[in-house]
Formats: sequence, structure tokens, C-alpha cells
Amino acid sequence: MLDALTVAVSAAALALAAWCGFAAFRGQPTKDWHFAGMAVVTLLALVQLVVGVVQLARGEQAGEGATIFVAYLAGAFAAVPAAGFLSLAERTRWGSATVAAGAVVLAVLEVRLHDIWGG
Amino acid sequence: MAGETGGTGKTGKTGGAAVNGATGETGGAVREAPAARLVGGPGLLLVWLYGVMSVGAVSRSVYQIATEYDRAPLAYTLSAIAAVVYAFITYTLFRGGETARKAALVCCAAELVGVLTVGTWTLVDPSAFPDATVWSDYGMGYLFIPVLLPVTGMLWLRRARR
Repeated sequence: MLDALTVAVSAAALALAAWCGFAAFRGQPTKDWHFAGMAVVTLLALVQLVVGVVQLARGEQAGEGATIFVAYLAGAFAAVPAAGFLSLAERTRWGSATVAAGAVVLAVLEVRLHDIWGG
Repeated sequence: MAGETGGTGKTGKTGGAAVNGATGETGGAVREAPAARLVGGPGLLLVWLYGVMSVGAVSRSVYQIATEYDRAPLAYTLSAIAAVVYAFITYTLFRGGETARKAALVCCAAELVGVLTVGTWTLVDPSAFPDATVWSDYGMGYLFIPVLLPVTGMLWLRRARR
């Protein structure tokens, strides 16, 4: 697992969580710029998914097993977009809060991914 | 079905007062409408977290039971029960309506009892659990969300009553 990538995804996710959390705090729904931020985070998670699968394909081992590793990679990739879609339907502060929660979930998944890869 | 609930939900949210103020001519149909929407407002955050827990718990228990059920049958069975409860609550929240609200309320209570029972059990008798469940140590492995979620859920579901 590329440690740099895990750190980058975690940092981006936490930044997104803070940003959307602030919007929720101010009672605002998610706006275009928030969706741009979600796109950036999702793109990073996608890169991580591809790199992770390529590393497995090249014969490297995940400490706790390849199945769990790939499942967490897929979950990490899906977390923020899923919350983003939900927030499209809820144009209140709770839409922003949901995206913030999705980003926190992603950050937690990154920590777990690190453990799973390292053993 | 989902589209229909969403549609009625919108009316309920924006025009709740007007609907309630309307006289009984259309009463039978609209009385159900305001209660139908459980996914709005704080409920959206709730259903998202329940969705995350469902995905986590279901995939965890499917993997555990498929690969190494004999190692910790009790822990894995409890994980599977937790998974079913989460999936069912997520479904009822999405479905909406008064019946679903009551069902979700009952399940949240059952979930809370489950978290407290399994949580205490894992602390008192760790030897019964060679591997963790979703609810071990009151859900510490899941940021204590398992113990906070049913409480929040019950508060929200009580408030959503009409």
C-alpha cells in the first residue's frame, strides 16, 4: 500500500469533513464547490483503489487477506459519493452534515486499510 | 415505491401545516403523508449512518461465516443478527410511514439491548469471544457508533411521530 496515498486520502477526507461540517454548522446545504471537493476526494480514493488492486496483482500480500483489503478499498471509494448523492436530495444543513459524516467514515476506513495492509 | 414516498414526503415537509389545516375531505389520504417521510432533515444523517453500519455489518458477517465459522460461532452469529437488524432499520427508514416508524423504533430498542448485552458480555467473559462482533465492547471497533445510533434513532423516531 502506498503510505503517501493513504495519508493524502485521509487528509483530504478530514478537510472535506471540516468544510461540510462548517456548512452544516452555518445551516447551509452543499453547494457546487462542495461537490468539487467531493470529486477530488473520490478521485484520490479511486487512485488508491487502482493502486491497491495493482499491487495485489503484482503479488504483494495484504496482512489480513486480499478479500478484506479489496472490500475496504471499495467501501472507501463509495463512502463520499454515496453521501454526496444523498445530499443532493436534501437541500438543508442535514445534507452537509451527511457528507461530513461520510468523509469521517472514509478517514476511519483509511486507518483500517493501513492496519489491514500492514497486518 | 421509493419515488412515491419521496413525492408525498415533499408535500408533507413543505406544506405540512396546510395539509393538517385542510378539512376532512381528503383526510384519509393525506393524514398518512406527513409521517411518511423519515429520511428528511436529521433523518437523512441517521439513514446514512444506518446504511454504513448495514454495509459494514453485513459484509463482515458474510465474510466471517463463509470463511471461518467454526472458529467463533457465537461471535459470528451475533454479528449476523446485528447485520440483519441494521439492514432492516435502514429499509424501514427509507420506506417511511407510520408502521415502518414503529417497526424501526422497536428495532432500535432491540439494537440498544443487543449492544448493551453483547458489550457487557464481551467485557465480563472475553473467553466466549475468540473474535470480535460488531457490538463487542459496546461497538468500540466502530467508534461507539453502535451504542450512540439507537439512542439518536429513537429520539428522532419519537419526534417524527404525528
